[in-house]
Parts: sequence; structure tokens; C-alpha cells
Amino acid sequence: MIRLEKRPQASQVFSWATPLLAVLATMFFGGLLFAALGKDPITSILTIFWQPLFGDFAFYYRPQLLIKGAPLVLIAIGLSLGFKAGIWNIGAEGQYIMGAIFGAATGLAFYPTESFLIFPLMILAGALGGLVWAMIPAVLKVKFGTNEILVSLMLVYVAEQFLASMSLGLLKNPEGFGFPGSRNLQQYPSAHNAELIAGSGMHWGVVAALIAVIFAYVLLARHQLGFAIRVTGEAPRAAKFSGVNPTRLVLFCMGMSGLLAGLAGMFEVAGPAGQITIDFNVGYGFTAIIVAFLGRLHPIGILLAGGLMALTYIGGDIAQSQLGLPAAAIQVFQGMLLFFLLAFDLFTNYRLRFGRAEVA
Amino acid sequence: MKLSTLLASAALALGLAGGAYADAHGKTKVGFVFVGPVGDGGWTYEHNQGRLALEEEFGDQVETVFVESVAEGPDSERVMTQMALDGADLIFTTSFGYMDPTINVAAKFPDVKFEHATGYKRADNVATYSARFYEGRAIQGHIAGKMTKSNIVGYIGSFPIPEVIRGINSAYIHAKKVNPDVEFKIIWAYTWFDPAKEADAAKVLIEQGADVVLQHTDSTAPQAAAQEAGNVVTFGQASDMAQYAPFPRVSSIIDDWAPYYIERTKAVMDGTWTSTDTWDGIGPGMVAIGEISDAVPADVKEEALALKASIADGSYHPFTGPLKKQDGSDFLAEGETADDGTLAGMNFYVEGITGDIPN
Repeated sequence: MIRLEKRPQASQVFSWATPLLAVLATMFFGGLLFAALGKDPITSILTIFWQPLFGDFAFYYRPQLLIKGAPLVLIAIGLSLGFKAGIWNIGAEGQYIMGAIFGAATGLAFYPTESFLIFPLMILAGALGGLVWAMIPAVLKVKFGTNEILVSLMLVYVAEQFLASMSLGLLKNPEGFGFPGSRNLQQYPSAHNAELIAGSGMHWGVVAALIAVIFAYVLLARHQLGFAIRVTGEAPRAAKFSGVNPTRLVLFCMGMSGLLAGLAGMFEVAGPAGQITIDFNVGYGFTAIIVAFLGRLHPIGILLAGGLMALTYIGGDIAQSQLGLPAAAIQVFQGMLLFFLLAFDLFTNYRLRFGRAEVA
Repeated sequence: MKLSTLLASAALALGLAGGAYADAHGKTKVGFVFVGPVGDGGWTYEHNQGRLALEEEFGDQVETVFVESVAEGPDSERVMTQMALDGADLIFTTSFGYMDPTINVAAKFPDVKFEHATGYKRADNVATYSARFYEGRAIQGHIAGKMTKSNIVGYIGSFPIPEVIRGINSAYIHAKKVNPDVEFKIIWAYTWFDPAKEADAAKVLIEQGADVVLQHTDSTAPQAAAQEAGNVVTFGQASDMAQYAPFPRVSSIIDDWAPYYIERTKAVMDGTWTSTDTWDGIGPGMVAIGEISDAVPADVKEEALALKASIADGSYHPFTGPLKKQDGSDFLAEGETADDGTLAGMNFYVEGITGDIPN
């Protein structure tokens, strides 16, 4: 007989091994799935994981990893702070949209003036947009005790409507023949979040993501606020006794995650995406939740997890095109990753016991 | 700087190598970037049918690749680049939102030909193509005006862009012609494909008394909602949606991309491809009218087919004056027809339609 037994202490080994095991299990069962679809499993897995990094055209895909991974990491770092303290901001997608709208609107307000001040202003506006949007659920929570999960999630849909309205109205390109979508910021040098070294994929959003990782690491390891976050998540009662102010913590965690999501949106709209359109958001805010957990809510872990998610997206598209795998199979593959992560996570706190239950 | 040079030269070399490879083996590689899943039963489904027709036509001479459900923006740019790097000779990008990415990627691969659907930006190696769906809308409007008993026609709009507004106007003009009492109720779904939202929109319209529902969204959900209601007429959109025939679906507008895809691929094979702007309708066969079912009275069917024939041979233009705009100002004088520029940027309703275009 097999049974689960709670570990007296969470296993350090499993806490780190879980993501690796999850990736291996995903590769194995994903391979089975691809084989069932009539594709060679080894080739499929290699196409997804190997091609973007070391394939013939890696010189193109490696920079793309940065472009795809940066917003994920930036958002996930912000989310992880709240998640650690048990504050659940599920609406990063909405904050990402608002950051993009604020940032783009600021830039477009100056069009066609050229000035080196425009881009920094856009960064501030983007951060503000995300911050304001995240403050709505935060303030409602501390003032009226509303559930931040529901409020932040619902605000995503409000933000989406706002985005559609902006693309069709205020921010619509006056030279766009009536089609929806703003001017392309890539063609407006002062507002363009260009690659710092052309062809490297390094734009300001990537820099911001790396700074956020370091900042979060220092905050959690060294700063009193980081201690407050950790202790609140691990032992809420103890936190209270040690003088943690829960109101301030909610405002900080929600605000910071909104701010970073807003920045991610702003860097995306000014750089890789270029314009505000109805379908500007592609789900980074939701995928970042997976990235945060895949990275064990640890800054370095999130950095790696963001890279891994980006890899499956880029490799997944290559596999679709080269091997004719359906998009749904790639999505199942990505879903497996989270599924196995949560499944193996059980072993951090529990262990398997074989044999008869002993009488205690 | 160094890296950019590397990318540019590598891309160029690969592009050339890709071309050389294709010539040496006589196999032309054609890529398709799809915005939805190939099983959406509407827009993407029909583009994929065009791709399959291409394979059937040319057999071993052609190799097609596709990626489905590609988000507009940087993801689409990456997918196009990847196809170009993998040696595609011709790439069809089949959504309006792929416009700027297509132009960006095309600039990096001057030897690869690109075809962007429904956009307006072209380059030496970027052509555009679209279909005159509004011609089909005229026939739908005619049938709708004849079929409605409540005189309320529901219309599910996707986004308030010229293409959709054109369709609403065309349908309204022809419904009004045969039924002066007809009234249009328009709901904006703000999506091209979302079965749940589309079904909700259809139900709201039916509750408001509509007994004909036209849709400019791609799923079959409104058809199912109409079937449930029992006495509501619908039309297939983008695809035939024949599974709902003969009722509620009494006819349909079908996008037939196959002849165009075959023609353009042939041009690449022959080396005669040039950047063009194609806007074809019923005449050249890019827009087809699905079988008008027996639920439509024989005389109405006959009129509809006559209308179709007159549009196809060019003797009738769906936007022929006298027509006024919604605000009462003049649009077209007696006998005047709308030019393509006006049609392409149409952002107003014609006189008689109530409500505002959201912006």
C-alpha cells in the first residue's frame, strides 16, 4: 500500500528539484502526446527546446527569447512579492494594458516633436498607469475588505474595453484610413523603445526586468519590508505580533506589481508591438502567474522560468510550422508544465510511504 | 552595430539560399500565418481551405507550412521571420493586424514575397488582397428585407472598422429597397471569434424582436442561437455553415481564396510576381454566395440570384445613388457609384440606420 505522509519539514531538495522534474515529465508526456499525433517525439522536443537556442537560426531566436521573456519576468517579479505575502493580484493583464495606454498616450501627445525627454516621461506614465489600476483593488481591499482576486480580475475586462475604445477613438491613427489602432511608435524615434544594440533583442524592457530581479532579490533578502512580506505569507499571526502593518503591505505589494506590469506594457507598446491596437494584449499578465510559481516565487527562479516559458512559445511556433503540430497540442504541452509542477510540488511537503500504515 | 550587420547579411544570404534551394528543387515553399485556429469554421478555416487547394493544384511542386492562432504584434513578426528563415518563397499573412509586422519582416527579406490580407500598406515585395464582401451583403440584405416579418433585422458587428460598416450599409440599403419599414439593430461584439459573446449578442437581438440575424463574426454560435429560437433567419459568414441549412441558415457569404492563392503561387513559380492591390468580389469568384435554401420563397430566390448576376457582370454596383449619409448630407447623386477610396475608408452609416458608430 502506498500512502502520503506529511513531512515534518518542507523538503529543501524537492523545493528546488520540483521545477526540473516538472520540465522532464512535461518533455516525456509531451513526447507521448506528439507521438500519438503521428510526429517523431524526439524531433518534436528538440525542435521546441533545442532549435531556438542552438539551431541554425539561433542568432535570430536568442534575441527573441529576451523580447518574449522580458515582460513575463517583469510582471512575475511584481506578482511574486504579493503572492509571497498571500496577496493575490490576478489582474496584471489589465495593469499591463493600462501601462501601455498611459505610456503610448503620453508619447503620442507630443507627436511629432522630437525630444530626449519624451521616452522617460512615457516610462513614468506607464508605471503610473499600472499603479493606478492596481490601486483600485488595493484600496477597496484595505477600506472595505473586498476580495482583491475578484476585483483585480474583473478590472482586466474593463481595461480591455478601454483598450478597444482607445484604438477606435482617442488614440486612433489619424492617417490610418479609419482603421483601428494608433500610430506606430516604432516610426517615432523619440518614443521608440529601440534595441540598445541592434539585433540583440536588448531593449529597455529587458534592462528593467533585470533590474527588477536584482531589486526583488535584495528586497527579500536584506530589507525589512522583504522580511515583512515573507513572514506574513508564512505565519500571518506571527507577522501581526512582530508589528507588520497589513494595510501598508497590501498597498505596497499591489502597487508594486501594478507598477511593474504597467512598465512591461509600456515597454512592449513602445518597442516590439509598436502600436495600441484592439488585440494588443496577448496574455502576458496571466502567463506571468505561471512564471511566478514555476520560479518558486524566487527572483532568480522567475528569471529562469520566464526564459523557459519564452522558449516553449518560440519553439512551439517553430514546431507548428516545421512539423505541422497543431497549436492546441503546443498549448496542452505548456499546460502540462504547470500541471506537473503542482503535482510534484506535493512532494515538497509530503512523502510517499510504502507498506502498511503503522499504528501511531 | 556589428550584430545588426550580421543579422542583415545572414538574413540576406539565407533568403538567397532559400530562393536558390527552391529553384534547384523546383519546389516552392508557401507559408500561411493564421489569426485563429484552422477549425474555427469561418475566416481561418476558409484560408486554410485555400492552402489545401494550393497543395492539391501543384502537388509536389509546392510545400505549404502554416502556424495558427498567431497573436497580432511581435509574435506574428517572429513567426513570419521564422518562415522566411526556413526558406519560404511566398508568405500569406491573413489578418488586418499583421500589417505592420508584415512590412517590417518584408524589409528584412527582399527576396521573399509577402501577401497581406485586408491591409493598405504595400512594398516592392508586399502585395495586398481582400474581398468585396459588401457585394454579398447586398444579396443578404435583399433576402433579409423580404424574409423579416417583424421588420427588425439584427446585425452582429465585430469591430466598427470600414469593412464592417460597409457591410452594414450595403445590407441595409438593399433591405430597405424591398421593405421600406425595415429597421436594423446593431450590436458590437468587439471580437472576430468568440462563440460565447456571439451567442449572447444573437440572443439579445432575438429578444429585441429581430427575426433575421446577420453576423460579421466568424463562429457558428449565432446560428445555433437562432436554431434554438426556432423562427429566426440567419446567413453563414465567411464559410458556408451548411450544417445549419436549410433553416435557420438560408444562404451565406463564402470567402473563396483558393483561385487567388493558386494564381499568386503560380506567379512566384514563373517569376512574374509583382506587388499588387487586389480587391475582388463575386465576379472573379473571391466572394461566393452559398446555396439559397428552400426556406426562401422561389420568387425571392430568383430576385436574389438576378441581383447576384448583375453584381457579378458589373452592371450593378451595390452603392449606387441617390444615397444620403445618416446625418442627411449627400453621399451619392442619382446614378453615381461609390469609388473604391470612399468604400475603403467608409466610416459613416447611410441614412435610415439608427444609432452611432462607436469610437
